[in-house]
Amino acid sequence: MSDNPLKSHSDRRKQRIDDLAATAGDTARTDTVTTAGTVEEAPGVSLIASAWRRLRRNPVFIVGAVITLIFIILALISPWIAPHDPAAQPLLDKVRQGSNPVPGPEPGFPLGADPAGRDLLSRLLVGAQQTLYVGVVATVFGLVGGLTLGTLAGAFGGWVDSFVMRMVDVMLAIPSLLLAMSIAALAPRPSQMTLIIAIAIVQVPIFARLLRGSMLAVRGSDHVLAARALGVKRSAIVFRHILPNSLAPVIVQSTLVLATSIIDAAALSFLGLGNPDDRKPEWGQMLGASQHLIGDYPHLAFYPAACIIIVALGFTLMGESLREALDPKTRR
Amino acid sequence: MLRFILRRLLQMIGVIVVLSLLLFIWLRSLPGGTVSAMLGDRATPESTARLRHELGLDEPITVQYIRFVQRIVSGDFGISTGVLPGSDSLDIFLTRLPATIELAIFAMIIAIAAGIPLGYVAARRRGSALDNTSIVGSLIGVAVPVFFLAFLLKYIFALELGVLPVSGRQSGDIEATRVTGFFVLDGILTREWDAAWDAFLHLILPALALASIPFAVIFRITRASVLEVMEEDYVRTAESKGLSSRVIRGRHILRNALLPVVTTIGLQTGGLLAGAVLTERVFSYSGIGDALAVSFFLRDYAVLQVLILAAAVTFVVVNLFVDIAYAVIDPRIRTR
Repeated sequence: MSDNPLKSHSDRRKQRIDDLAATAGDTARTDTVTTAGTVEEAPGVSLIASAWRRLRRNPVFIVGAVITLIFIILALISPWIAPHDPAAQPLLDKVRQGSNPVPGPEPGFPLGADPAGRDLLSRLLVGAQQTLYVGVVATVFGLVGGLTLGTLAGAFGGWVDSFVMRMVDVMLAIPSLLLAMSIAALAPRPSQMTLIIAIAIVQVPIFARLLRGSMLAVRGSDHVLAARALGVKRSAIVFRHILPNSLAPVIVQSTLVLATSIIDAAALSFLGLGNPDDRKPEWGQMLGASQHLIGDYPHLAFYPAACIIIVALGFTLMGESLREALDPKTRR
Repeated sequence: MLRFILRRLLQMIGVIVVLSLLLFIWLRSLPGGTVSAMLGDRATPESTARLRHELGLDEPITVQYIRFVQRIVSGDFGISTGVLPGSDSLDIFLTRLPATIELAIFAMIIAIAAGIPLGYVAARRRGSALDNTSIVGSLIGVAVPVFFLAFLLKYIFALELGVLPVSGRQSGDIEATRVTGFFVLDGILTREWDAAWDAFLHLILPALALASIPFAVIFRITRASVLEVMEEDYVRTAESKGLSSRVIRGRHILRNALLPVVTTIGLQTGGLLAGAVLTERVFSYSGIGDALAVSFFLRDYAVLQVLILAAAVTFVVVNLFVDIAYAVIDPRIRTR
């Protein structure tokens, strides 16, 4: 990570994005050399191959990847391994008896139940699925929005580029949580979809700037020049030659964005801007709902919080080590 | 230099115009809008139409925008409907501002006092156990939701151990004289030491929670910056001149490495508001972050207007000052 000291905050944020974008051109160029196989004196090792070789030995990456993998597998199979239906209330009678509003662990319910008498373990397991769903859908929406804007700016240049980038800069200048709150507040009533959209819109400028930067880097490379010289159509150049080669940094960024999406979703749920329907549990929502009970029943907050922290850490570790591995400046 | 500042000022005006437009569009597209928020359940078609006319909502959108700007410039943001119903929303903002500033200052002191020394030591002992632990620690610091950290601190220190107050800015049984609105400062000025101490105790937990993210950022920037400066030629020159390592550390490394850190601190302070929303909510600390969360929840649009505009303007102005400070430090920037 190169932190140029002579940057303002928004500039620094831009710089981080641009640094990552600059790695795209390098990936593309190295790949062309390797596939062409014309450079004999260099043992054609592509950036991706060398990155993978270093990643395999990087404990940070391994830890991050293992956490991520376990989380995804759990999320996918959770409906089958959850002992109970997360919306069913098998322990409702116990809650109603009054002496103990939050039933503790008992046979068949290893973590006890929540205040509505629902099995906590099942809710955590199915919660993995919903959390992954919110994170992935928000990231995909952000990605699609960002890719569209970024492609427009990167492909056309000129005033389209200037206009799109000014909008993106203004959005980057607003603290992201405030922006997400403001967007979530526009919905007449909060739901899972409004939560997802609010988080996604905050990610759009990041992806847009990143893709535009990496497209500019690739646009100057030799294979694009060759295609242009051959008279390939502009749309084909953009979609077949520039775009695919510009995607690597965007994909790296998505793993980092997934982590922030999950944390932001939790923050919005905590502020009452999340999904009010708790039949399908989500970790951020579970954490937000348990805030009033933390004094007496801290475990209700600790379990979902621990899940969020571990998963966010997993995605961050993986993303940071990927970014480092693909950065030509740290390449040895 | 003057030309640089003028150009930056012009750019800033452009950004503020864009922001005011965005704020206007945003307010207009909020669900229900001002009218139903003001009338609530008592809304009838007649009263709605009357109020729409009184508020000028039946006029062309361009006229409405100009009116909107006029009202903001004259400081008229409307009456609060949710946070403190009936009072002027600008007053609410002004009475709550000192609380958040006080909290932000304490949080930054904690973040700086922990982040810079740790970042420096981590860089000097690169690859050591301390370095790796603090890197992982700063990554975890970013992965922990701020409000959960606040909960955790509140649970351990206030509820379980009972050594620090649970919420608020001051205990109810203390009669404190208000001078500035900064409670700790008030206590010191009026020599009500118990009030100052009490306010200070109330600040510790929220400030710690709020400090987590700036701490992680300051730590990482300090570490990266010290690592970069240690590779510089002038450090090698100083070493080969046989200067004592204390002089090299203090005069060559630390002083140069701190430049980016100082500016990061300034900018992190501007960005504390988002964290303050969550922290103040957990500790029922009546600052502007809490007001923001409550007004989002109760859809108090008058207060929202003030708060969002204030946040945006703060951000733009801080950015301007930082850019000018850079230009003073580094002449190369002026020509860009």
